[in-house]
Amino acid sequence: MGLLDFFSRKTFPHGIHPPEYKAITQHKKTLRLPFPERVILPLAQHIGAPAIPIVHKDQYVVRGELIAEPSENALSVPIHASASGSVREIDLMPGPKGSKVMSIVIDTDPSSPQIPVSGKCQDYTRMTPEQIINAVKQTGLVGLGGAGFPSYAKMLLPKDRRIHTIVVNGCECEPFLTTDHRIMLEKVDDLIRGIQIAMKAVSAERSIIGIEDNKLDVLEAISPRLPADGRIQIEAVETKYPQGAEKMLVKSLLGVEIPSRGLPSEIGLAVFNVATLAEMGRLLPRQQGLIERIITVTGDDLTHPGNYVVPVGTPLQDILDNAGFTGQEAEIILGGPMMGLPVASFETPVTKSTGGVLILDQHAYKPKDILPCIKCSLCLQACPINLNPSELGMLANKRRYDVMEAQYHLNDCFECGACSYVCPSNIPLVQYFKIAKTLNRERHIQNG
Amino acid sequence: MAKHPRIDLRPSPYIHSPLTVEKIMRNVVYALLPLVSFSVWQFGISALALILVTTFACLGTESLFCRLSGKANSLKDYSATITGLLLAMTLPPGFPLWMGAVAGFVAIAMGKTLFGGIGFNVFNPALVGRAFVQAAFPVAITTWTPALAPNRFVEFIPSTLALPFMKPAATAEWSAHVVDGFSGATPLALMKFQGIMTDSQSLFLGLTDGSTGETSALLILLCGGYLMWRKMLDWRIPASVIFGTAITAAVFYFYDPSHYPSPAFMIFSGGLMFGAVFMASDMVASPVTPLGIFIFGLLVGFLTVIIRLFGGLTEAVMYAILFGNAATPLIERYTQPSIYGARKKEDS
Repeated sequence: MGLLDFFSRKTFPHGIHPPEYKAITQHKKTLRLPFPERVILPLAQHIGAPAIPIVHKDQYVVRGELIAEPSENALSVPIHASASGSVREIDLMPGPKGSKVMSIVIDTDPSSPQIPVSGKCQDYTRMTPEQIINAVKQTGLVGLGGAGFPSYAKMLLPKDRRIHTIVVNGCECEPFLTTDHRIMLEKVDDLIRGIQIAMKAVSAERSIIGIEDNKLDVLEAISPRLPADGRIQIEAVETKYPQGAEKMLVKSLLGVEIPSRGLPSEIGLAVFNVATLAEMGRLLPRQQGLIERIITVTGDDLTHPGNYVVPVGTPLQDILDNAGFTGQEAEIILGGPMMGLPVASFETPVTKSTGGVLILDQHAYKPKDILPCIKCSLCLQACPINLNPSELGMLANKRRYDVMEAQYHLNDCFECGACSYVCPSNIPLVQYFKIAKTLNRERHIQNG
Repeated sequence: MAKHPRIDLRPSPYIHSPLTVEKIMRNVVYALLPLVSFSVWQFGISALALILVTTFACLGTESLFCRLSGKANSLKDYSATITGLLLAMTLPPGFPLWMGAVAGFVAIAMGKTLFGGIGFNVFNPALVGRAFVQAAFPVAITTWTPALAPNRFVEFIPSTLALPFMKPAATAEWSAHVVDGFSGATPLALMKFQGIMTDSQSLFLGLTDGSTGETSALLILLCGGYLMWRKMLDWRIPASVIFGTAITAAVFYFYDPSHYPSPAFMIFSGGLMFGAVFMASDMVASPVTPLGIFIFGLLVGFLTVIIRLFGGLTEAVMYAILFGNAATPLIERYTQPSIYGARKKEDS
């Protein structure tokens, strides 16, 4: 990268530069892990209403079979069996967010060849946008980048809205994680097909793949295979956290801002993660359901860190056994070190939106005493939304949650954690904000 | 895998920048050390004694109040050390030591712990201490002694060892004795009362008389530059203070160059450079918002020039910064940053 590129590279204001730690797994080809003894499939692996089970205890199901239907008249997606076997129970099981959630548990049949069932081949080029959107819903696809927003719902637009550009998010700005990186190297055809499907579904004129400039090998892998019509482009943006937040990427690539608390479609955009589109490109032509995903298993105390394909619902215990976890005491995180979820049980399953399993031991930040805010303003210089985390933190200390929301834009915070990362006083700012948001929500419900 | 590994549970994020308050404060102390050394070289053992006395007064006071309030001892965060060093730098080198101790006590007691300790002080504590002794001991704080006196490493300035509440020994005769023709006037006093300008180069290098650590603008900039490079000092504060001083001084200078000093003189004389780099930048007592920082700096610079030219005092930086500190909450209130994707009023 030349000096000129360095100064002209596309980016957004503020943000942070944490160490990347991606070298542990970024050159490791994706491998398939053996099937676990049992899979645990929560009914709500997406934002919206939980799916409704259509199987019963002891029923034998085949890999890829529909086992829960989307809740009607609500944002919801179906769930498919990720392994052949018999339904052991439908009960409360530990979920990724900590609390127990309704889940379908399947005992894997060790004698099954685990060949997935699929529907008839369908040619998306001959389908109408409505048919594509419906087909996407049937795959059970959700945003694989972490949020778990149903993919079909991003394509359903009010009559007065049009999407002209699809932004394909290949930033993967979380340290440690390399899932999207591997997908962009290994699944180029699926990805391009997925982009074309999404473009057709919303009648978009063009799309841009945005990658961070620490993954320039992706540029070389994808550029020569892009369709000749030039409607799909790829561009590198600065490696900076949280570049992979859709608001930031849109700003970096196109110089526009998504209106506060609004959707990208308000300004004619739709943003999809690369993993989501690669799955769309693979599943939709075969009418298959989403039954497996790629995760990065990385961090400390592992003899075999890597990028692995696992059935959705694989319990952590199996993943850690296969990756050779040797630790005695560690933090186990679903996702990256900035926004991932802490896990309290080895039974917690990998869900559709889990991008990685991260073990932190030596790398873990040992929490120190929380000191008063010294108003160094580092958090203001880190916040990608340009909030005032310092003031918000002091208000949270005084429990002025209403003021935080009404005057200091609390609800615009998307909890990237950049403020907590830089705080020299160790104030858990983003944790304060999550608590404040939850209490505000409860208060609003009580007040009707 | 080990049979029953322990899982630690913590909210995100799980990694953290290596920068901590203790590290920032420790580096500010490092950055002050060259200034301290330079002042000792310039003013000898009297300056050294003064620096030690104010620093230990601050540390002792901090420790005492921590014990009284039953809080954990906060000496290890180095903030009291900084206050002590900053305070010494702003006092005249021959300042009686017992008055230095009083200043140190007041700085921490009234400037810091009274407000709730680190993070809660409304004013820069060192300046609170200095403001107190300025009011209490107006003669001592405006008595300047010559820099580079020949016997400075073996002999105390007579006033240094004055006993509490006793009239300090007259330093004027001593000063006149050690350096022929010493007037006892700082460059600012010369400018104000006699209309004599000291040339900017000697001001910049600091080879003039003045407060213990405020004389060398060059050294202050180097030390401040180190902190800015380590991202431990916000460059925007000194920059806007200097900018504010320069434009205000320029307005007067171009109005009547024979009567008003040049902007360069204003920037490099007195405590302006030290105040801009080390005093105004007290994180706690200055604004956090980008626009607020700029307004704060302009205000401090503007007030400094106005007080210097039209006030009764020769040195104005202290009051300008204290005033800026007082205005900080107001400034912040009206300069909250505009957020990403902010909607115009009509469409929300």
